[in-house]
Amino acid sequence: MRPAQGLGFIYLSLLAALLLTVIPVPYQLTLFRPDWALLVVMYWTLALPRRVNIGTAFVVGFLTDVLVGTVLGVNALAFSVVSFVVGVNYLKIRNFAVIQQALLVGLLLALYQLLVFWLSHFLTGVNFRPAYLWPVVIGMLVWPWLFWLLRRYRRQLKIQ
Amino acid sequence: MNDFFARGPALGLRLVLAVACSIGLMFVDRYTDSATQVRSYLTSAVSPLFYAASLPESLISSASEQLMSQQQLLTENSALRERLLQQDAQLQLLNFLQQENNKLRALLGSAPVVEGQRLIAEVLAVYSHPFAHQVVLNKGSNDGVNVHQPLIDDKGVVGQIVSVGPSSSRALLISDNTHAISLRAERTGIRTIAEGIGQWDQLRVIHLPLSTDIREGDRLLTSGLDGRFPEGYPVAEVTRVFKDDSQPFMNVMARPYAKLDRIRHVLILLPGNQLTVEPPAEEPL
Repeated sequence: MRPAQGLGFIYLSLLAALLLTVIPVPYQLTLFRPDWALLVVMYWTLALPRRVNIGTAFVVGFLTDVLVGTVLGVNALAFSVVSFVVGVNYLKIRNFAVIQQALLVGLLLALYQLLVFWLSHFLTGVNFRPAYLWPVVIGMLVWPWLFWLLRRYRRQLKIQ
Repeated sequence: MNDFFARGPALGLRLVLAVACSIGLMFVDRYTDSATQVRSYLTSAVSPLFYAASLPESLISSASEQLMSQQQLLTENSALRERLLQQDAQLQLLNFLQQENNKLRALLGSAPVVEGQRLIAEVLAVYSHPFAHQVVLNKGSNDGVNVHQPLIDDKGVVGQIVSVGPSSSRALLISDNTHAISLRAERTGIRTIAEGIGQWDQLRVIHLPLSTDIREGDRLLTSGLDGRFPEGYPVAEVTRVFKDDSQPFMNVMARPYAKLDRIRHVLILLPGNQLTVEPPAEEPL
């Protein structure tokens, strides 16, 4: 096993994703904000499953809970589950074409939204609206670009 | 491949651990009281992140202020002056009315309404998450902010503070799913409760029997019965009344006066120095 290198840069990218999660945007765009933190966690789980997996996903999910204001643990659980699915199947997912990956990412994002909705529904009794699924669509569209960007980031900084 | 599992427990076990931890967290956060304190610590721990996140926006807005032409500034200035003058004129009357009101209350033998201080706070972040309508404010316990203090803007009630850090605090908006507020209809004086349903522009007015006199356009004010919000602040206007004879209660919707989706500045109502009257016990509805 190669020694870990550039772990700090991974955390830096996760921090940037968390910032994007809370950065103020015009009201009209708020429903369309993709789940940046989850997308970045998914990328790192895919690229370096030994460095980033459920533990990191849990911590980032917990931070998302703190930042976004959902009941603590809701995002942590959903992040962990999604990271688990990616971590178990990372070899298969890596071999997919980017478009197929994007579709799969869409499915996983939908799973994430569903988990968060279910848990919030049990805990605080929220009602479902189809508009809550916009981040899934936007996340799918964002994935190819994010994948490309983060791969360059990883190769340039020789993170492994 | 084998070394994948060499470090730490297997993936499945990790998942079980993470899920167990999350469920524990959810339980503690939702069903115990210790969570408020923990939340306050967490709020203060992540507040630098909020300051960093709001940096670009504040830079842009200050830059646009810098670039405003003198003409624009002059127009704005004169408009503001005019508004100030009008409001001052209204305030004179208000002061008189308030004194009269206090005298009348004294005659009736009831305690005068104590006006507390107000604190202007800027919104650092608005949560976009549909399941959590909260804002982070740039005032904290150092400025005298405390949990449960109400928040208003220039139009109406916005929400209440739920956790406080030293230099920032977090407020729950009236449109949040977990928020409910005790109200009184201005026209008829009916007491009711409005709960948030997770939409910026709608509240649900609950537990109104079919025979209640309520119409579209009725103004709903805070009743002060919840012991959190002072009496008489405007909250929402009834937008839809739907009567279904098969249901025990009416289906009534209201639109908040406060522009919850685009708040930039809010007023935190600090309690007055004098002793306030103990709010009456919550009546069963």
